[in-house]
Amino acid sequence: MKEKLKNALILFVTFLKIGAFTFGGGYAMIPIIEKEICDKHKWLKGEEILDIFAIAESTPGPIAINSATFVGYKVAGFLGAFCATFGVVLPSFVIISLISLVLKEFSEYKVVKYAFMGIRAGVLALVIKALVSMYKKCPKGVFGYILMGVAFVISAFTNVNIIFVIIGCALVGLIYSVIMRKRGKEVCRK
Amino acid sequence: MPEIIFEFLKLFFTFFRIGLFTFGGGYAMLPLIQDAVLEYGWLSEEAIVNFIAVSESTPGPFAINIATYVGMERGRDLLSLPGGFLGAAVATLGVVLPSFIVILIVAKVYKKFQESKIVMGCMTGLRPTVIGLIAAAVLNIGSTVFFPEGFSLSIASWDFYTMAVSLVIAVIGLILIFKKKIHPIILIVVSATLGIGAGFLGELIK
Repeated sequence: MKEKLKNALILFVTFLKIGAFTFGGGYAMIPIIEKEICDKHKWLKGEEILDIFAIAESTPGPIAINSATFVGYKVAGFLGAFCATFGVVLPSFVIISLISLVLKEFSEYKVVKYAFMGIRAGVLALVIKALVSMYKKCPKGVFGYILMGVAFVISAFTNVNIIFVIIGCALVGLIYSVIMRKRGKEVCRK
Repeated sequence: MPEIIFEFLKLFFTFFRIGLFTFGGGYAMLPLIQDAVLEYGWLSEEAIVNFIAVSESTPGPFAINIATYVGMERGRDLLSLPGGFLGAAVATLGVVLPSFIVILIVAKVYKKFQESKIVMGCMTGLRPTVIGLIAAAVLNIGSTVFFPEGFSLSIASWDFYTMAVSLVIAVIGLILIFKKKIHPIILIVVSATLGIGAGFLGELIK
């Protein structure tokens, strides 16, 4: 019990550090989590942490939170999950709360307005880059291209709630994979 | 008073929904945020794009940053400063909770989860869908950059100076980030500097 409590506390501090010092969100955190959890504290093995990241990508929610909760749970149960998640969230929460207090007033200055005009164009470049990286990682194929196109058109040009698009495409993916598997079996029999 | 409680609950459930339906990292949450925040009028489109830059230049995941920010802004509108912190807490809790609950469940059966044909099947559909959705979010950002007052077909309303400046900065940004692979924060500093320069130059010309 005492061991668990101690681990939970270390988890909190570790993830507090991870939350406070990684720029760029979930993917940027992966190597640091690996270093802290596997190399430094030796709580988990390399393959265990890879499993965790794979699952963090295929469960809903941000990857940073998913991996923090999962690692925390594996190391010290529910308390560990809570401490790790709380730790990773806290720095963002504090920093952004403070920034929001001044951001609006700050934005009234002419210099800041001009700066943000430039920054918005820079952000456009940033999100295009993020989009291209994600596209490169995604498995390609006709089926995928059709879903990409459908999701894009519905989201960009209609008022349909995106959640329906997400649920619908997940179901289509499920049906498609069942059909492909059946076909695969038939091919094997021949 | 009951209306105010209702508004905070709405904030919580909106971010709960966003957390529950975000798959993949990075900006996968962006389309859902745009959808919800614009629908309720919590923030302007421009404020969201500005905040992406703030989030890139501060530590922590985008999801938490944006939830805290929207919660803070909305809460301050409702109940000034204490409301801001309450709103930030409520929205952040909302976006974190689905992850937390789902992972606690999955952690117990994760070998089965990983091998589950149902999960794999859904992911076959979700991966490309998320890319399509983010592409739409990027288009949205592009339209905010080039048409800050909203897109209109009447050319007379277009601000050609801002459009030209934005185009130049965006192209420079793309070159820097794709060819030179510079850090996002440096890109933000460069585009801010160019924006300030162009802004004052514009005053001279106009």
